[in-house]
Amino acid sequence: MSAQLLSNLALFVLALLVGFEVISKIPATLHTPMMSGANSIHGVVLVGAILIAAVADTPAAYVLTFVAAAFAAMNVVGGYVVTDRMLEMFRTKPKPAPVAAPAAATHDGDAR
Amino acid sequence: MSGDTLPLLDTVIRVVYLLAAVTFVLGLHFMRSPVTARRGNLLSASGMACAVVATVLLILAGDCHGRIIPIATIALVVGTLVGAAGGLIGARRVKMTAIPQLVSLFNAVGGGAAAVVAVVDFARLNADGALTAGISVPVVLDVIIGSVTFSGSLVAAGKLQGWVSGAPITFAGSRLASIVAAAVAVVGGVVVVANPSAWLLWLVVVAALAFGILMVLPIGGADMPVVVSLLNAFTGLAVAMAGFVVDNQIMIIAGALVGASGTILTQQMAEAMNRSVMSIMVGGFGTGDTSAADAGASTAMAGVEVRKVSADDVAIQLAYAQKVIIVPGYGLAAAQAQRECGELGKLLTDRGITVYYAIHPVAGRMPGHMNVLLAEADVPYDQLKEMDEVNPEFDTADVALVVGANDVTNPAARRPGNAISGMPILDVDHARSIIVIKRSLGHGYAGLDNELYGDPKTGMFLADAKKGLAQILAGVKSYVG
Repeated sequence: MSAQLLSNLALFVLALLVGFEVISKIPATLHTPMMSGANSIHGVVLVGAILIAAVADTPAAYVLTFVAAAFAAMNVVGGYVVTDRMLEMFRTKPKPAPVAAPAAATHDGDAR
Repeated sequence: MSGDTLPLLDTVIRVVYLLAAVTFVLGLHFMRSPVTARRGNLLSASGMACAVVATVLLILAGDCHGRIIPIATIALVVGTLVGAAGGLIGARRVKMTAIPQLVSLFNAVGGGAAAVVAVVDFARLNADGALTAGISVPVVLDVIIGSVTFSGSLVAAGKLQGWVSGAPITFAGSRLASIVAAAVAVVGGVVVVANPSAWLLWLVVVAALAFGILMVLPIGGADMPVVVSLLNAFTGLAVAMAGFVVDNQIMIIAGALVGASGTILTQQMAEAMNRSVMSIMVGGFGTGDTSAADAGASTAMAGVEVRKVSADDVAIQLAYAQKVIIVPGYGLAAAQAQRECGELGKLLTDRGITVYYAIHPVAGRMPGHMNVLLAEADVPYDQLKEMDEVNPEFDTADVALVVGANDVTNPAARRPGNAISGMPILDVDHARSIIVIKRSLGHGYAGLDNELYGDPKTGMFLADAKKGLAQILAGVKSYVG
């Protein structure tokens, strides 16, 4: 095995361990946004699409480059945007006092 | 890469990759708390943008720059724009109840892209006679995992969306067919490594695609969240393998991170349902399909006396309670009733009543999905209580209002000897009075009678969650004045 392959393998294993460690501590309430967030991280495959485009030199390779780029861009852009939309809803809202004037409880800061 | 010292640009790009990897880890880390989660996602996104820009610079300044063919650049740019636009529109327009199928779609395209990257690089290196086992092994793994993820995720998304029946689909010889498909993919993959051939790699692709479809078809709709989570992990691994193929460190790190996260999530979800990931993947248990459950409604609960209540009865009870715990479930998500639920909670809170929402780990369609839905309906985050936190509260609750939840409230889980034995449940039966809003007396996903419904303290309000909650809301308003 080449030194390059071995060092890539070491990266892979260590990143796996970091992943287990970081993620096992996330509360269940945030699992859906977290899964969506992890989902957008694998959109990094766009980097792979760029790398194959640089060396593509056959018609089949052009077509597949297009497919890979479209798929990966959809994953990465859509993933981050939808995660942000979800997390935006979790933002802490100004809490209206439960007793104070319930009739006037139109907290306009929340209007969307 | 072989020189002793890297040129300046290469060094800069590797440092940028390292920083991007750090933002991915920190981004996930910040998702531990709702206060920092959004910042974490933005951090991760900016790291991603830096990694992509750095890669473009690497290509432009690299030694292969002069050989880049314009058509390839056009294919890349147009593809990226088309994909980005599609992703943006999907992400902006999707309803919050449809998040699981969108995540599944993104899994599909992510896995598909990883497989395509491997196929293209394999074809190029094979034509140059430059293939080594260090490349062809990750190529084969990437192609198999990526293709299975692509087709499997599309079927999963179709099931969640209702385009493919949520019931387990099997046909004569389907199990045999999936074994054959898996065997062809694996054996073909081994042969490709030993004796590289492009057409054989395409055969592996086709077999893996077929296996992905056959793997997900027999799994019931209610198990789809676990499957989506597992396929998320698969996509991560496929991307990491693609990173080995094109020798790119950020792809390896990010892919491995996602592979680990998806595995953890999958295990936690399966545990919360008291099932093993293996038994889910083998499939055939429960339909999770509401209409199928309704079909068995006439025979279910035979011999059990249930007390039916009206919207007015429920409204009076709620209006004069001190402490109300709302237990939202799958039925609430299916009926899109989160707004009505949130409004009712707010009305009661404004009256000075203590209101909590009891969230079972698998409520909704994915872990934490119910929280997203309720957050969308502007329910204050501090009213959402996880199972362990809320269970002691039921002892002092005047009313437990169960909306479209079933198995997670069934006291039978505390006894051994049935399908849900040992499953952690919400102690709804400890409340002074229980109201269940449910479309029919049908079975839950486990196909079991819910003993809670026969409890003398329980009143059944048979209605669609959305309409039922609207009626209760109107009732409470009329009492409050």
